Amino acid sequence: MEFLAQLVNGLSLGSIYALIALGYTMVYGICKMLNFAHGDVIMVGAYMLSIAMSTLHFPPFLSIIISMLVCALLGVTIERIAYKPLRQASPLAVLITAIGVSYFLQSSALLIFGSTQRSVESAVKVPNVAVGDFTISGNAIFTLAITIVLMICLTWFINKTMTGKAMLAVSEDKGAAQLMGVNVNKTIAVTFLIGSALAAVAGVLYIASYGFVGPYTGSLPGIKAFVAAVLGGIGSVPGAMLGGILLGIIESLSKAYISTQLADAIVFGVLIVVLLVKPTGLLGKKVIEKV
Amino acid sequence: MKQLLTKKNLVLLAVIVAVYALLWGLDSQGMFNRQTKALLVPIGINIILAVSLNLIVGFLGELSLGHAGFMSVGAYAGCMLTIYADLPMAIELPLAMLFGGLVAAIFGVIIGIPALRLRGDYLAIVTLAFGEIIRSILNNLSFVGGSGGLNGIPRYSNYTVVYVMLVITVIVITNLVNSRHGRAICSIRDNKIAAESMGIPVVYYKLLAFVVAAFFAGIAGVLYGHNLGILKPSTFDFNKSIEILVMVVMGGMGNIPGSIIAAFLITVLPEVLRGLQDYRMLIYAVVLIVMMLLNNNAKFNNFKQKFFSKKAKQQGADLAKEGK
Repeated sequence: MEFLAQLVNGLSLGSIYALIALGYTMVYGICKMLNFAHGDVIMVGAYMLSIAMSTLHFPPFLSIIISMLVCALLGVTIERIAYKPLRQASPLAVLITAIGVSYFLQSSALLIFGSTQRSVESAVKVPNVAVGDFTISGNAIFTLAITIVLMICLTWFINKTMTGKAMLAVSEDKGAAQLMGVNVNKTIAVTFLIGSALAAVAGVLYIASYGFVGPYTGSLPGIKAFVAAVLGGIGSVPGAMLGGILLGIIESLSKAYISTQLADAIVFGVLIVVLLVKPTGLLGKKVIEKV
Repeated sequence: MKQLLTKKNLVLLAVIVAVYALLWGLDSQGMFNRQTKALLVPIGINIILAVSLNLIVGFLGELSLGHAGFMSVGAYAGCMLTIYADLPMAIELPLAMLFGGLVAAIFGVIIGIPALRLRGDYLAIVTLAFGEIIRSILNNLSFVGGSGGLNGIPRYSNYTVVYVMLVITVIVITNLVNSRHGRAICSIRDNKIAAESMGIPVVYYKLLAFVVAAFFAGIAGVLYGHNLGILKPSTFDFNKSIEILVMVVMGGMGNIPGSIIAAFLITVLPEVLRGLQDYRMLIYAVVLIVMMLLNNNAKFNNFKQKFFSKKAKQQGADLAKEGK
C-alpha cells in the first residue's frame, strides 16, 4: 500500500516536471534551442507568488494570475533581448547565452532575496483524502488534476486554433511558414509566453508540495524536466507529458526504495541511457540531418 | 633536434625563463605582499583550466559544462595518493599530478563515449549531468571524506610548480592545435559532416579533445588540492564550471592567449574589486550574454574590422612614406 502512496507522489512530482517539460519542448520545437533559463522562470514565478501573497496580501487566485502574467512577460522579454538577435548564430552561441540568462536570473534572485530559502504559504490548500487505512496527499491529486486539464487545453490550442497551427508550422519549417504569411516573430513570442505561464503554474504547484523557495530552486527541477522532455522525445508535446510523468515516478520510487541522495544521480543516469539507446526519445521522430 | 632549435623557439624559451626570473626576483625581494602572493597559484591553476576547456569549447566547438567534474576527480585522485604514500615531495607531487591527470583522462573517456553521438545541446546537458553525478557520488563516498571534505593534504603547491605546469599545458595544447590533429579537431567544429566525408575519424578526435582537456583539468585539480590543503565536493559545482566557461568565452573561443589573459583577469579582479563581490555572479552572467550578442552582431563585427583595418591602413601609409 505504501507503494501506491509513492506512486501518487511520483505522479504529482511527474506532473510538475511535465508542465515544465512542455515549455522546454515547445521552445525546442520552434527555435531548435534549449532554453536553459526555463527552470529559473519557475523560481521567479514562485517568488512572485510569495510576494503577491505574503507582502501584498492578495487573495490566492489573483496571486496565481499575477505570477503567471509576470512569468509570461519575463519569458517574452528574455526571448526578445537574448535569443532573437542570435537566430542565425551557431547553436553553441545560443546555448552559452541561455546559460548566461539562467545564471543572470539566479544571481539577481540571490541579490534581491538573499540566499536563505523563503517559506511560502501555499496558494492552494487541498485536504488530504483518506483511502482505506492511509492518506493520499490532497496536493498530489490536485496537482495531477490541474496538469491534466492544462495539457488537454494545450493540445486543443495547438491543434485547433490558428496560433497553435502557426506554432506547428514554424516548428516544421520556419522559412516556409514565413512564406505562407505566418508572423514568425509573433508566433515565437507566443510560444515563450505560453511556456513561461505554464512554468509559473508549475512553480505554484511546487510551492504547494514543498512550501519554500530559494534562488536555486528552479535549476534542479529545470534540468530534470529537460531530462523528462528528452525522455519523452523533445519537440513532441505528448512526449513531454509522458516523459514528465515517467520521470516523476522513477524519481519518487528511487527516493523511496534506493536512496534519497542517489535519486538525482539515477535521474541523470536515465538521461544518459535514453540518449544512448534511443536519442529521439520515446515519442520523438527521427531527424534526418541534411547537408 | 635542429627543427626544435629555431630562432622563434629560442626567443620563446628566453621569454618563458624571463617571466619566471621576474617572478622569482620579485618574490625574493619581498615585493609580493601576502595577498598578491596567495593569488599566484590560483592564477596558474585557472590558466590551465581555461586553456584546457578552450580545447573543447573553442577548438572542438562543443559546450562542456562539467569541467569542474574532471578537475574534482583528478584532485581527489592525486591528493589521495599524496596522503597515503609517504614519499619525498619531489617524487610525490609529479606522481600525484600524473595520477590525477590520468584518472581525469579516464573519466574524459567515460564522458566522451556518450558524447560522441550527441549534438551540441544534448552534449551540454550530459556533461552537466556528469558533473552533478560526480559531485553527488563524491559527497557520498566516505573514504574520500564525503561532504566534510578531504583534509590533511600537504601544501606542496608553490608558484614554481604551477608555472612549470602552466608552461607545459600551454605548449602542449598550442602544439596540438597547430598540428594535423588540431586541424582535424577544428574541422569537426566547422562542419562535422564535411569532416566525416573527408575521412576524418570524428569519434577519435572528439575523444582526443575530451581526454586531453580532462587530463590537464585533473592536473589543475591536483595543484588546487595541494594549495588549499582541503578538498570539498561542493567547490566543484556548476558555478565553478561556469566560471571556467566565462574565462574561455571572455578570452575568445579558440584563442589561447585570450584564455590566459581572461583567466588572469577573472582570478585577480574579484580580489581587487572586493566591493563588487556580491555582484560577481551577476557580472559573469552579463559578460556571457553580452559577449555572445556582440560576437554575433554584424554591426559590431563591421566596426571591429574597420577599426583594425584603419590601423593597418595607417601603417601602410607610414611605410609608404618612409620608403619614399
